[in-house]
Amino acid sequence: MANKRVLRVMVAKPGLDGHDRGARIIARAFRDAGFEVIYTGLHQSPEEIVEAAIQEDVDMIGLSSLAGAHNYLFPRTVELLREKGGDDIVVCGGGIFPDNDISELKASGIKEVFTPGTPLTEIIEWVQENVKPRGG
Amino acid sequence: MTSVAEKVKAGDVRTVARLIRDIDDGMPGVKKTLKELYPYTGRAHVIGITGSPGVGKSTLVDQMINHLRKKGKTVGTLAIDPTSPFSGGAILGDRVRMQRHAMDQGVYIRSMATRGHFGGLTHSTRSAIDVLDAMGKDYIIVETVGVGQDEVDVVKAAHTTIIVLVPGMGDDIQAIKAGILEIGDIFVINKSEREGTDKTLSDIRAMIEMDPDKYAKGKWKPPILKTEAVFDKGVSEFLEEIDKHWEYLKESCDGKALRKTRKKVRDELAELIKNRFIKDILNNLIKSKEFDKAVDSILNGTIDPYTACDNVMLPILGTRKK
Ligand SMILES: Nc1nc2c(ncn2[C@@H]2O[C@H](COP(=O)(O)OP(=O)(O)OP(=O)(O)O)[C@@H](O)[C@H]2O)c(=O)[nH]1
Ligand SMILES: [Mg+2]
Repeated sequence: MANKRVLRVMVAKPGLDGHDRGARIIARAFRDAGFEVIYTGLHQSPEEIVEAAIQEDVDMIGLSSLAGAHNYLFPRTVELLREKGGDDIVVCGGGIFPDNDISELKASGIKEVFTPGTPLTEIIEWVQENVKPRGG
Repeated sequence: MTSVAEKVKAGDVRTVARLIRDIDDGMPGVKKTLKELYPYTGRAHVIGITGSPGVGKSTLVDQMINHLRKKGKTVGTLAIDPTSPFSGGAILGDRVRMQRHAMDQGVYIRSMATRGHFGGLTHSTRSAIDVLDAMGKDYIIVETVGVGQDEVDVVKAAHTTIIVLVPGMGDDIQAIKAGILEIGDIFVINKSEREGTDKTLSDIRAMIEMDPDKYAKGKWKPPILKTEAVFDKGVSEFLEEIDKHWEYLKESCDGKALRKTRKKVRDELAELIKNRFIKDILNNLIKSKEFDKAVDSILNGTIDPYTACDNVMLPILGTRKK
């Protein structure tokens, strides 16, 4: 019964593409870094992701998307979180994005964006530095 | 300002989610809220579901939720997966199978990790059950992988315990016999479209019937059901048995609130005391100088561990045991 916060993160796959290999790899890396990882599976709408994130009391949502719909799906997730009072949940994204999109995603409230080839250790360090368990 | 307990009772999802987190993280403030919520617990039917990895527990829970919602019942689910002993992290993947209920306000799903601290699993799970109960859920379903003692303890917190099996687990059945057979109120053979279902069914039946005292007249005799969770087959029959078991429980304790049967109260109180011992006494003890000294003495051969234990315990127990 350690009085100790454990970081909880959600790995979610919005959109239509049917590959979750990347999401599974990152989920495992997060577990090995000592986080509790909630995985929601494929084809999730932003509404479903946000609802799950609130029920699970996560500190961060990692959105993974290969298909192009990120320009809508990622910002929509952030927007819904704000509506639902979950604006202290950090959202970051992973996938293939044109440079233009990256700056727009960040402007819309996605805190960081990781493209293929980013070493897992780098992603984990980023999380450890930028995501703190909510509620102190 | 409305208190946390008030918000829980009103069904506020964010408050519930945060409170369960605080319980899990061992935050000191939660005790006050749990005390306030206790009078509002004891209403829900708590169902524990356990079984080896991959037998289809989560798929079954997903279908149960679906059926219960059609009957207008509300459902809370706690899906528990093991913490990695190496990193302390965990992958909590049960939600994948239940995520279609995410938008349904009558369903609350929470993934939890075992976390591996002494008695921690059972302690936080029981408290989380209370929270969902006070929140007003009609059914609370707890899924655990049935491996360790901790999981078995969690299941003891349930009113109705379900053991999920799959056909053709010959050796596994032996293992189950040794451990969790006794706690099963209902047995489910899932994936029953597969070969070997009838063999598995008769094996379990034989085991149950070997225990004539336990299942004597008037006592609950665990039914054995076949399901195909992915195809939604056998699930409504399964839920009927769950309701029958609930009726049986209510009759056998004269309609008293089930939560307040003597046995459940004893279990729960003993567990709270055990947790306090560990948290407040054991953890301090092993940090003390006396403890280190005792370890040194054992290492350099001047004392045996039994005497060392007596010595360390002396200030707490007050008398020296022979
Ligand atoms: N053939 C068949 N497959 C099933 C049935 N029920 C579930 N499954 C499949 O079995 C696999 C495991 O199902 P889960 O529901 O995740 O099993 P679980 O017991 O919750 O697994 P863990 O939580 O990992 O221990 C999935 O691929 C399901 O689709 C069934 O009746 N028949
Ligand atoms: Mg499962």
